Amino acid sequence: MKQIIARLESLGFAWWGILILLLALLPLYMSETYVSLFSEILIMALFAMSLNILIGYLGMISFGHAGYFGLGAYSTAILMTKTSISWILAMASAPVVAALGGVVFGFFCVRLTRIYFAMLTFALAQIIYTIAFQWESLTGGDNGIVGVTFPDFLYETNNAYYFILIIVSVCAFFLFLIVNSPFGSTLRAIRENPERAEFVGIKIKAFQLIGFIVAAVFAGIAGALFTFYNGSIFPDYLLWTRSTEALIMCILGGMFFFSGPAVGALVVQWLGTVLSRHTIYWPFILGLTLLLLVLFLRGGIVGFLTEGYSKIKARYHL
Amino acid sequence: MIVSSIIMPILTGLTTAMLIFLVASGLTLIFGSLKILNFAHGVFYMLGAYFSFQVVSTFAASPAGFWIGLIVAPLGVAIVGGLIEFFIIRRAYKREHIDQLLLTYSLVLIIGDVTRFLWGVEYKSMSRPEGLDATISVFGAPLASYYLLILFLAPTIALGLHLMLKKTKIGWMIRAATFNYEMASALGINVPRLFLVIFMVGSWLGGLGGALYAPLGSIVYFMHTQVLLESFLVMVIGGVGSFWGAFVGAILFGLLNSFGFQYFPQFSMFFAFVLMAVILVIRPWGLLGQPEG
Repeated sequence: MKQIIARLESLGFAWWGILILLLALLPLYMSETYVSLFSEILIMALFAMSLNILIGYLGMISFGHAGYFGLGAYSTAILMTKTSISWILAMASAPVVAALGGVVFGFFCVRLTRIYFAMLTFALAQIIYTIAFQWESLTGGDNGIVGVTFPDFLYETNNAYYFILIIVSVCAFFLFLIVNSPFGSTLRAIRENPERAEFVGIKIKAFQLIGFIVAAVFAGIAGALFTFYNGSIFPDYLLWTRSTEALIMCILGGMFFFSGPAVGALVVQWLGTVLSRHTIYWPFILGLTLLLLVLFLRGGIVGFLTEGYSKIKARYHL
Repeated sequence: MIVSSIIMPILTGLTTAMLIFLVASGLTLIFGSLKILNFAHGVFYMLGAYFSFQVVSTFAASPAGFWIGLIVAPLGVAIVGGLIEFFIIRRAYKREHIDQLLLTYSLVLIIGDVTRFLWGVEYKSMSRPEGLDATISVFGAPLASYYLLILFLAPTIALGLHLMLKKTKIGWMIRAATFNYEMASALGINVPRLFLVIFMVGSWLGGLGGALYAPLGSIVYFMHTQVLLESFLVMVIGGVGSFWGAFVGAILFGLLNSFGFQYFPQFSMFFAFVLMAVILVIRPWGLLGQPEG
C-alpha cells in the first residue's frame, strides 16, 4: 500500500487532487450555464482521453472513435426507452456494448498499420453511423432518440454535474493507472519501435487490440454520459467530424501528455460554445487551428507550457 | 424479368464503379507516388461538382455549358490542388504519417466550410447535357444515355493516364523519386516540381469525377464524406496504392452496391463492407496489393 501511495505521489497525483477539488467547488462560483458547459467539457475530456490511448500511447491514429461513443450513447438510450430496466443498468450497458464493438472492429483494424488503420477506422465508424441512420425501428433514424428520462434528482444542473464529475474522475483515475502500468509502458514501446517490441517477445497485435478495446470502453462510457447529459442522441454524434473533433482536442492539448486531451477538450469545447453563438463557420476555425498546430506547434498546449517551464527553470537556475 | 433483375443492376453498378474508379485512381496516384493519403480527395470531388454547377449556371443559355464545365471544373480543382501542395502538403513529405493525415484532414474542414460559405447549404442540381438526356435501350434494359458517357470516358481517362505515367519518362522519374527522394534529386530530377504535378493530376482526377457526377445527383457541401468512404473501400478491397486493384475493387463495389440495392435497399452498403471484412481477414493487403514492408 505504501509503495502504491509513493508511486502515485511520484506521478504528481496531488495536482490531480487539487484539480478535482476545484472542479467540485465549481458550482459555488459559476452560474448554471457554465456548470452545464463544464459537464459537457468533462464528457468530451473523457472521450478525448480514451482516444489518446490509441494515438498518444499506441501511435495509431483513429478517424472513427465517435463510433464507440455512439455505441455507448445508443445502447443507453435504447435500453432506457425500449425496456424498463433501471437507468443504472442501462448506463452500465454502454461500456459492455462499446467493448463488443471494440473487439469486433478492433480485430480488423489492428491487422492494418498506420495509414491503412486510419482508413479502416473511418470506414467502420461510418458503418455504425449508417446503421444508426437507417435502422429506424431501433434507433429512430434521422430523428434519433429523444426524451431519455433519468431519475428526477439528477435533473438539477448541479447534481447532474456532480454525477458526471464523479464518473469522469473515476474513469480518468483508471486510465491513469492503465497508462502508468507495465501495460501502458508496453504500449509506448510498441509505438516507439514495433519491430524491436516484437523482438523482445511482445505480441504487438494482442496489445494493440487490448488498447483498442480499452479506448472503446471509455469512449462508450463518455457516450452514455452524453445521453444522460443531453437526454437525447442523434446519428450526427457518430459522424467522423465528431471523431476528429476529439482528435483535435488531443493534438491541441498535447497527445504525449496524460492531461493533454483534457486541456484540449476544455479549450475546444469552450471556444466552440462561445464562437458558435457568433458564427456558423466553427469547422473552418477548427480546421485552421489543426493546420497551424500540426505545422508549428506539434507538442500542443501542454507541450508548449512544459517546454516554456523548463526553459525558464534553466534560465534562472531553479 | 432477366433484364430488370440482372442487366439493369449490372449497368448501374458498372457506372457507379467507373465513376468511383476515376476518383479512387486519383487517390491511388497520389498515395502511390507521394505516400500521402489525401483525406481531402473527397473535397476535390465536391469542388469539381460545384465548379461544374457554377459554369453551367453561368452559361445557362448555351447547351455547351456542360462541356465547358467538364473541362474547366477539373482544371480549377487541379489549380486548387496545386496551391495546396505548394503551400501545405510539401512541408509534410518528411513528417510522420500522423502529421500528413492531420494536415489533409484540416483541409477537409477548411475547404468544406469555404464551400458552404460560397454556395450555401441548399442542395444544388443541374440537368444532363443536351443529347445525353434521353433513355436508350442496352440489351433490352432502359439506360440513361448519360451513363454511357461515364461508362466509357471514366475508365478511358484513368487508364490513359496510368499508361502514360507507367510507360513514359515521367513515369520512370516518378518511380525513381518515390523510391528514393534524395537520389532522384541528385540525378537532376526536379522532385518538388514532379510531386506538384502528380498532386495536381490526382486532384484533377477527383475533380473530373465530381464534374461527371454533377448532373446525376444533388450537390451539397457535405457530399465529400460519402465519396471518400467509397474510395477507401475500393482501395482497401483492391489493395491500397494499386491502380488495377482500384479498378477491380471499384467493379466489385459497384456491383455489390447495385445488386444489394435491388434486393435489400435498406442495407445496400453492407455487402461492400462484408467483402472488405472478408478480404481483410484472408488478404489484409487487398486483392492486388502487396504486403507491407
